Amino acid sequence: MSILIIAEHDNTSLKPATLSTISAAKAIGGDIDILVAGAGVDAVATQCAAIDGITKILTVDSADLSHPLAEALTPVIVKAADGYTHILAPATSFGKNTLPRVAALLDVQQISDITKVIDDDTFERPVYAGNAIATVKSSDAVKVITVRGSAFDAASAEGGSASVSALDGAEGLGVQDKASFVSQELSVSDRPELTSASVVVSGGRGVGSAENFAIIEALADKLGGAVGASRAAVDAGYVPNDYQVGQTGKIVAPDLYIAVGISGAIQHLAGMKDSKVIVAINSDEDAPIFQVADYGLVMDLFEAVPQLTEKV
Amino acid sequence: MKILVPVKRVVDYNVKIRVKSDETGVELANVKMSINPFDEIALEEAVRLKEAGTASEIIAVSIGPDKAQEQLRTALAMGADRAILVSTDKAIDLGGVEPLAVAKTLKSIAEKEGVDLIIMGKQSIDDDSNQTGQMLGALLDWPQGTFASELKLDGGKASVTREIDGGLETVSLTLPAIVTTDLRLNEPRYVKLPDIMKAKKKPLETLSEDDTGVSFAPRLEVVKVSTPPARSGGIKVDSVDALLDKLKNEAKVI
Repeated sequence: MSILIIAEHDNTSLKPATLSTISAAKAIGGDIDILVAGAGVDAVATQCAAIDGITKILTVDSADLSHPLAEALTPVIVKAADGYTHILAPATSFGKNTLPRVAALLDVQQISDITKVIDDDTFERPVYAGNAIATVKSSDAVKVITVRGSAFDAASAEGGSASVSALDGAEGLGVQDKASFVSQELSVSDRPELTSASVVVSGGRGVGSAENFAIIEALADKLGGAVGASRAAVDAGYVPNDYQVGQTGKIVAPDLYIAVGISGAIQHLAGMKDSKVIVAINSDEDAPIFQVADYGLVMDLFEAVPQLTEKV
Repeated sequence: MKILVPVKRVVDYNVKIRVKSDETGVELANVKMSINPFDEIALEEAVRLKEAGTASEIIAVSIGPDKAQEQLRTALAMGADRAILVSTDKAIDLGGVEPLAVAKTLKSIAEKEGVDLIIMGKQSIDDDSNQTGQMLGALLDWPQGTFASELKLDGGKASVTREIDGGLETVSLTLPAIVTTDLRLNEPRYVKLPDIMKAKKKPLETLSEDDTGVSFAPRLEVVKVSTPPARSGGIKVDSVDALLDKLKNEAKVI
């Protein structure tokens, strides 16, 4: 078996989701190589070469790949994929956007968002918002897979000494004029990344306003955690879209998840129910969130959260 | 401009699903079925483009059982001009018609109809694959704006604002193109009774798997479908101090 992992990075550093994808690859077994495609990727390639258990880093360095547009990356990945039995990418917005294009060109039915490796062709993946787990066995010659980061531990970023070389024959493959990057608005924060934080404090509709979210942030900061939100809070404009935890937002599984003013819709539970310890703070004692919470506190959040922040 | 909007018949998003006791799939008998919510957002966006005079015709297409006519009638009531059902007896949630086969089928319809824009849901809420739009983009060699929260058309270009992990990103696409919808693109309208009556007279064409020339044979064998381990509800504590005590001394997470 030989596995190619598509690195997710910003041309400066590797995204942690890639390390979880590597752990999934190790569970499959075989040689593991990493493709680093971008513009000015030397630092990322060096970082990848140091990851434990990797054989080879393949780089494609081109100004055409300065932004990870699926239209530009797909021909590069298809070229790199030649000879591999498995192509893996993280199930992040990057991997979800790009990998199905690769699968279609390889005429492969992709397996999305795996949470467990059974063997080299059989995998578990959640369906129906995580209310059912499907075990699927692929009959395709090549397996194209995205990996749910929260389901696999991060591989060690140190101890490896993989070789680094440029991918042969990749010149010009990223050239295309159908899609172009215009702009981005990224949330800037000193807090840990939501999907890899060990503590997440999330607010829901009950928080009431963007200003009130300050009490959620204060608790998260005290605990060294990330801030999340329910769809209702995002739709109401309290916080940006990238805070959303749920079936269609981010999937998290921290050691501690504190849900504040969140009722607990199925779609939200799908994004956090694998957390190790769940705390719910809500004034409505019948809120469904209490059915999954290890510790429930029926209390007004404006009273409970500041108290908790002070005493923790 | 012609717009194609694929719509999928799925279990209504409010239904708490049940895994079949023999672990072969999810119970669909006597369960409320609806249009996949993301597809409803796609339809709404297409209808708004028609109302604004940008689009000339909206074609709704579904691949599924004959009963998917219900969802296509709803699409017609929302404002699609005509509908196509590719009828199949195979499952469309798990172990049957898969995203790659759907993308190939949609490709053949898009080419035959000569559409300029395809707006579709980013994922269906049954198998949650999030693949079909991207696969269709690759097969047609069209650009894609996935997870869209805003769509603007200007001349031969589409400007799409996308919801990505770090925030928002805007890309410019040369038409023809594919847009997949995220939750915040719009709020779909409620269908009014007169529109439902009018929709009954709109054309709905039925095709078979053979008509499309695409094989619906699955590539993935569903070995089993199981219920995830249930989280046992925990305990209620009566004060912040009691909560802190539990977190420190019992759960040991802080």
